[in-house]
Amino acid sequence: MEKNVTYIALFAALIAVLGLVPQISLASGVPITAQSLGVMLCGTVLGAKRGFLAALLFVGLVALGLPLLSGGRGGLGVFASPTVGFVIGFPVAAFVAGFIVEKTRAAIGIAAFGGALIGGVLVLYVFGITGMALILGKSWPAASLLVAAYIPGDLIKAGLAGFITQGLAKLRPESVLSRL
Amino acid sequence: MLTLTSPFETPLHRVAAASKLLGLAAFSIGLFALQDLWAIILAGGLAATVYLACGLGFARFGAAMLRPLWPFLTILTLWHGWTGEWVAGLIIGGKMLVAVALANLVTMTTRLEDMIDVVERAAAPLARFGARPKVLAVAIALVIRFTPVLMDKAGQLGQAWRARSSRRVNWRIVLPISLMALDDAERVAEAIRARGGL
Repeated sequence: MEKNVTYIALFAALIAVLGLVPQISLASGVPITAQSLGVMLCGTVLGAKRGFLAALLFVGLVALGLPLLSGGRGGLGVFASPTVGFVIGFPVAAFVAGFIVEKTRAAIGIAAFGGALIGGVLVLYVFGITGMALILGKSWPAASLLVAAYIPGDLIKAGLAGFITQGLAKLRPESVLSRL
Repeated sequence: MLTLTSPFETPLHRVAAASKLLGLAAFSIGLFALQDLWAIILAGGLAATVYLACGLGFARFGAAMLRPLWPFLTILTLWHGWTGEWVAGLIIGGKMLVAVALANLVTMTTRLEDMIDVVERAAAPLARFGARPKVLAVAIALVIRFTPVLMDKAGQLGQAWRARSSRRVNWRIVLPISLMALDDAERVAEAIRARGGL
C-alpha cells in the first residue's frame, strides 16, 4: 500500500520535473520538453494501473492550480485551452503504455518502446488532436496538421523511453513494477 | 512550492472555493452555447472588468497567464484571414480567450489549501466504496513536497555533468533522474511504514 502510493506520487513529481527542467536537449541540440517522456515512463515503469494513477494525480494537481506543465503553465485555464486534449490524455497514454509492457513477452526495452509509441504517441495524439479540433472549431485533419511538427520529437522520445526503462530494469529490477 | 494563486488579495479570494468552481462550470457551459459575436464581446468585456476591478497588478498577472494562447490566436487569424470567415474566427477565438480567462480567475483567487479541501470533501462519499481520502491527501502532499526536491537533485546532476563534460546536457540525464524518483519512492514507503503505515 505505502509503496503503491509513494511510487505513484514520486512519478507524478517526475512528470513535473521533466517538464520543468530546461536544459535537456537531443543529440541535434534541439531543446525538447521531456514532459511526455515522463508520462511514457509512468506507464512503462509502473505498469498500467499505477502509471494511470500517477498521471491522473499529476493532471489533478495541475487543475488545482500548481504550475507543473512545461513552461510553468497550470490552473483551470489549461482545461479551456486548445492543448486540453493532451493533458486529459496523459493518464490514458500512461495506461496504454503500461498495459502493453505488462502483456507482451518481448524484452523490456522493446516492449517499453512499443508501449511508449502506441500509448505515449498514438493515443496521446488522438486525444490532443480531438481537443484542439473542438476548441479551435476545425476539422480533425486540419487540427492534426497543426501538431504534425511535434510528432518526430515524440517518436524519438518513445525510443528514449525504451532505453531508459531498459536501464532502470537493469539497475533496479525490483522497482520496475510493470514487469513484476 | 509556488502556486498560481495571486499574491494580490482580492474580494474574490474570500468567496468559498466550491461556489467559485460551480460558478465557473455554469459560466463555461453558458459560454459554450453562445453563438452571437456581440454576446461574446460582452462576456469578454465583463471578464476584463472583473480583472481590472481586482486591481491593476492582478489584471497584469492575469494577462500574463493568457500568453500561452497567442500561437493559437495567430493560427486562427491566419486561417480565417485565408477563408474570409472573420466573424466565425472571432467567435472561436473570443470564446477561447474568455473561457480560459474565467478559469484562470478561479485559480488565481483560490488558495491551494482551499482547492484540496474541496477535493477531499468531494471524495469523502467515495469512502463508502473502499476509497480512502486520507491516502489521496498523502499522495498530494508527497507530490507537492517532492517536486522541488527532485528538481533540486536534477539541477545538481546537471551541474555535475557540466563540470565533467564539455558536451551539452542531453537526454541521458533522464535515466539518473528517474532512478532517483524510484529510490526516493522506496525510501519514503519504508519511512511511512516505519511510522505506522497508511
